[in-house]
Amino acid sequence: MPIAIIDYNAGNVQSVLFALERLGVDAILTDNHETIRAADKVIFPGVGEANSTMAYLKQRGLDELIRNLTQPVLGICLGMQLLCEYSEENDTACLGIIPQKVLRFRPKAGEKVPHMGWNSVRNLKNGLFTPELEGGYVYFVHSYYAEVGPYTTATTDYIQPFSSGLQKGNFYATQFHPEKSGKTGEQILRNFLML
Amino acid sequence: MLAKRIIPCLDIKDGRTVKGVNFVNLRDAGDPVELGARYSEEGADELVFLDITATHEKRKTLAALARDIARHLDIPFTIGGGIGSVEDVDVLLSSGADKISINSAAVRRPALIDELARNFGSQFVVLAVDAKAIDGDWFVHLNGGRIPTDIRLLDWVKEAENRGAGEILFTSMNHDGTKNGFANEITARVSEAVSIPVIASGGAGNMEHFYDVFTTGKADAGLAASIFHFHEIDIRELKEYLRKQGITVRL
Repeated sequence: MPIAIIDYNAGNVQSVLFALERLGVDAILTDNHETIRAADKVIFPGVGEANSTMAYLKQRGLDELIRNLTQPVLGICLGMQLLCEYSEENDTACLGIIPQKVLRFRPKAGEKVPHMGWNSVRNLKNGLFTPELEGGYVYFVHSYYAEVGPYTTATTDYIQPFSSGLQKGNFYATQFHPEKSGKTGEQILRNFLML
Repeated sequence: MLAKRIIPCLDIKDGRTVKGVNFVNLRDAGDPVELGARYSEEGADELVFLDITATHEKRKTLAALARDIARHLDIPFTIGGGIGSVEDVDVLLSSGADKISINSAAVRRPALIDELARNFGSQFVVLAVDAKAIDGDWFVHLNGGRIPTDIRLLDWVKEAENRGAGEILFTSMNHDGTKNGFANEITARVSEAVSIPVIASGGAGNMEHFYDVFTTGKADAGLAASIFHFHEIDIRELKEYLRKQGITVRL
């Protein structure tokens, strides 16, 4: 099976399946360790809360499994945050694959949290982000963010600059939802599939 | 910078769009998916589907619709209309809906907001509120604005935020259908009362009205139905106009 989407009870995985279907790609939603390990590529989607999701992953041994994957992995939204070291969301130790902290937005007067809607990506680097996507708009829904650091591959400005893309080795990640980001998102998914 | 959003709203009955539309080159103007795709191509940032079906088959047809939309559209969408329980929402989200909106059911039983936020996360829960100004005071109305309550608008949106709503969709009954512009003053007060995004609805008649609601009205998004359906405003032209006026939009 070429693409495995990790099934961990997260919200809205259906949208990721549909996005891949629109690209003509077969994908399977699974929590089976063998199937995930054997996949050419793995997508780690996510909408939900960090702490309970980490507990769920540990209970099923999926935390160790994900850490040891060697094929290209794409973490989306909460999936990206869980690839990091630590999240302020309920003081959660995450998978620790990308040495990066996830913090809660601290809005000043008049600023809204969650960061919801279309925002642009800049300072794009490598792999997922081909140069023509610089300045493109993608869809975000989140209240926590990863700081900008050495593994940042895309930066977005909201309240302050944050990492909208991260990469370390075979682990790629986006804070936004490429599956909901129109043509720009579709190109990012294509880029992942071509890795 | 975060872009201001333009959101067409489609009324759905038995899985079909109900308001007349005069789009040319649509094979089937009653097909919500085809109409939604057209809006998406024009540059709509999000879509709201409001179901007005009143049959016991509703839950099933609505889930099928959510699935159909999610399969074909690559922008976010909200489904609302008569949602009253965790079970209603569960099937919509697993079908691919990005958000659901609740209205009268939340006023009648505010704990519904807590339940939905706890089960699915705040980002899924849009609180729609219809309000009318009576002698200068804004009161929440039920059932599409037909039934008045003694609940004050600003109290209600603050309570909804505290209970876990992720976004407010505010419709001014005084402005809805007038095409004289959004209710900018009260929209700004709603927007200042909460720290979650606010979608303004009711009164859009021309492009300037959107500029006004994003500036004076402090709205994060502007929603309209008939002016888009009847193509009185082209979404792309609207966004180009807004950009020229210095508003950040996705083009």
